[in-house]
Amino acid sequence: MSNALMQTHDASTMAGLKTDQLFINLGPQHPSTHGVLRIGLTIEGEVIVKAVPDIGYLHRGTEKLSEVRNYHHCVVLTDRWDYVSAMPNNLVFCLAAEKLAGVKTTPRADALRVIMCEMNRIASHLLFFGTYGIDLGAYTPFLYAFREREMVLDLFEMLCGARLTYNYIRLGGVMVDASPEWLKRTSEFLEYFKPRLDEYDTLLTYNPIFMARTKGIGIVSAAEAKDWALSGPNLRGSGVNYDVRKFAPYSGYENYDFEVPLGKDGSCWDRYFCRVSEMRQSVRIVSQAIAKLPEGPFQASGFAKVPKPIAGESYANVEASRGDLGIYLASDGGISPYRMHVHAPSFINLAMLQDKLVGMKVSDVIALLGSIDIVLGEVDR
Amino acid sequence: MSDKPEDKKPEPAKTAPVPAAAPAAAAPAAPKPAAPKYVPPEPVLNRKNGRLIEDRFTTWPTQVFINRWSRSGYQAGAAMLTGILLGLAVTGGVVGELAKWADKFYALLTAVAAAKGLPVLAVEIAWVAIKVLIVLHIVLINGLWSIWWERKISAHIQSRVGPTYAGSPSGWNFHGWAQTAIDGIKLLLKEDVTPAAADKWVHALAPGLVVAPCIIAFAPVLFGDNMAAASLDIGTLYIFAFAGISVIGIVMAGWASGNKYSLLGGLRGAAQIVSYELPRGFSVVPVLMFAGSLDLQVISNAQAGYWHGIPRWFVFYPVVGQLAFVIFLIASVAETNRTPFDIPEAESELVSGFHTEYSGMKWSIFFLAEYAYVLLGSFLLATFFLGGGASPINSVPFTLVPSWMWMLAKAMLMMFVFLWIRWTLPRFRVDQLMDFTWKFLLPWSFVNIAIAGLYLAFWLK
Repeated sequence: MSNALMQTHDASTMAGLKTDQLFINLGPQHPSTHGVLRIGLTIEGEVIVKAVPDIGYLHRGTEKLSEVRNYHHCVVLTDRWDYVSAMPNNLVFCLAAEKLAGVKTTPRADALRVIMCEMNRIASHLLFFGTYGIDLGAYTPFLYAFREREMVLDLFEMLCGARLTYNYIRLGGVMVDASPEWLKRTSEFLEYFKPRLDEYDTLLTYNPIFMARTKGIGIVSAAEAKDWALSGPNLRGSGVNYDVRKFAPYSGYENYDFEVPLGKDGSCWDRYFCRVSEMRQSVRIVSQAIAKLPEGPFQASGFAKVPKPIAGESYANVEASRGDLGIYLASDGGISPYRMHVHAPSFINLAMLQDKLVGMKVSDVIALLGSIDIVLGEVDR
Repeated sequence: MSDKPEDKKPEPAKTAPVPAAAPAAAAPAAPKPAAPKYVPPEPVLNRKNGRLIEDRFTTWPTQVFINRWSRSGYQAGAAMLTGILLGLAVTGGVVGELAKWADKFYALLTAVAAAKGLPVLAVEIAWVAIKVLIVLHIVLINGLWSIWWERKISAHIQSRVGPTYAGSPSGWNFHGWAQTAIDGIKLLLKEDVTPAAADKWVHALAPGLVVAPCIIAFAPVLFGDNMAAASLDIGTLYIFAFAGISVIGIVMAGWASGNKYSLLGGLRGAAQIVSYELPRGFSVVPVLMFAGSLDLQVISNAQAGYWHGIPRWFVFYPVVGQLAFVIFLIASVAETNRTPFDIPEAESELVSGFHTEYSGMKWSIFFLAEYAYVLLGSFLLATFFLGGGASPINSVPFTLVPSWMWMLAKAMLMMFVFLWIRWTLPRFRVDQLMDFTWKFLLPWSFVNIAIAGLYLAFWLK
């Protein structure tokens, strides 16, 4: 297959010119592989002939570690997968464990979970927005994105004391209740943040150079996206309307009014635009959740401090910032999971690189890799 | 877990001594025990670790951006900037034309030489040496100045403040004025690493070959009326010729580093600079046609005078002037390998491109060259399109300011545009970059030459 691609490429640009191929290691230490991804690139001039992604540099064996920890302790491990948006990780594990242990959460806990997950989606997409700009050589949007991301993280710190690995969502509810002051400041932030999104559009989204670099680059058709089992904005960028929040609502997402932004042709720009638009929807969801935050306990009561679910298995999935994050938990009746498996969106999204990179230019590698928005912590786990 | 709500109840009482520390910071000088018992407000705190977070969030950032100009810091800064600019202008007015002082100094030198019985050749040599040293120092001081300026400008573009500390630990650290000087000392003290795979000699020679042509190219650059180190009839050609040599240094650096990223960067640099030389040269052709000379001084003089108050600068010539200005500006940015065109060093793609394997002073010499090219481009833009040393307004307080100050002001304005472009735009892809120059800039510069010909034939006879 790569042979065929090489031939077309030869016919179109090189016209019989015999050139040597060059093998370069893109990563694991490289400014724009977003962590420790390594891609072995074989290039001819600027054009990629072969790309071999190599992962595993950040493998910490969290799935195995969970087998010797109880369900509360496992939540701490989940923070370390997708460390840019750890709330959905907490949430998905708790949902799976709650299913297994038969714990029913309170409405206030559900709403707080939604608020935190959506705020984290904003923080995560802001990081994407900033680093994607840097990937394409625009340094300024990064600082603007971080200015706002800092506020989200401050809000998180205000509530749960952590800025990155929160361990906030716990079995049966959340760690701590949101004070009225916190809710007020969050609303303030949302008001402040809405015009900032328009600012981002002027900074990057509709910049002609940015559009030239991303529109029509790295096109993933809807069929391909489904074949590769992509999820999240990568799938929706290709125009496939699939969002776990709509498709199989959890934590009361069905109560909120929001849209699922879709891309058109699945190019890098569409994936980027999906994420930027998702931030707007997240703002809507958080505003609604704060407006109708139910009173009541933030923690379910009446279940064992150290849950010991009966033997069985459960699966829960949520729409994390990077896609459909799923957890499969199997219990043998002990205090720790018998087996935990993570259906990690970054890992699955990454898989298409190998085919998609062939025939691209070196600069487009970065554009595509950035637009997939992987977090290596989740890829390697 | 489930007994968490009960935990929470006694907490305000338990943490009462902790928040008391925060107001105490406001009035630490009053340790009177007689004060009435302080009842702390309900703290906004993380109940988990008891850390008080009220202090840090008193200036919640959403309040900061509401109206900047109402803040005293902004007003003071604006006043200070106005003061500095006015002071500079007044100083310039008092000093007058520098060329005059240079003539006086030269006369003094000749008189001293005549008194001592030295040959005229010795005076000439000393005079050339002085001029060379001045140009060299302009380039070096430009490195200090423009890096600091770029850091401040980029910081403010990026909603930061940039260097604020370097200067004096306790005294006058005005906007971190000493930042580049201290960075320079750091770079001098750093280990100079030559990679094992590198070609040692070529690797060591490359930075010199990048920076030397740039300094040489400054010889005919006009710093004010009659203020060029060498008044050359072919000044424009000379500058373009020498500025083009630097690319050899970039290719050498890329090739000799023994690094594939460097190699790619060097090749990209060669392709880019060679391509952008063309529109850069052709965009100036209309200016040369209007002025009828390659001498920068003649070009500057040709822009003297006003049309109903509008200065007769080439940038104000309808269509042709603006087009040439924009093409020359874009090509100049490309020549300096700065951001929309920084593909030779494309940080996110090629790590650092051709200077990946450089460290310490060799690395900083590349930057010295980059900023020297920015300065060169700025002065050329000011000379070719912005009237050189001419005042923009034909009235008394402005015309009293000497030409070298106008030149400097225009060059700094252009330098600001360089910095502004860099921190605003994303990077082109290699093929887009080539498309842009060959399919857009070059054809339009040809069109521009044709329009300039029409102007000469029918309008400016």
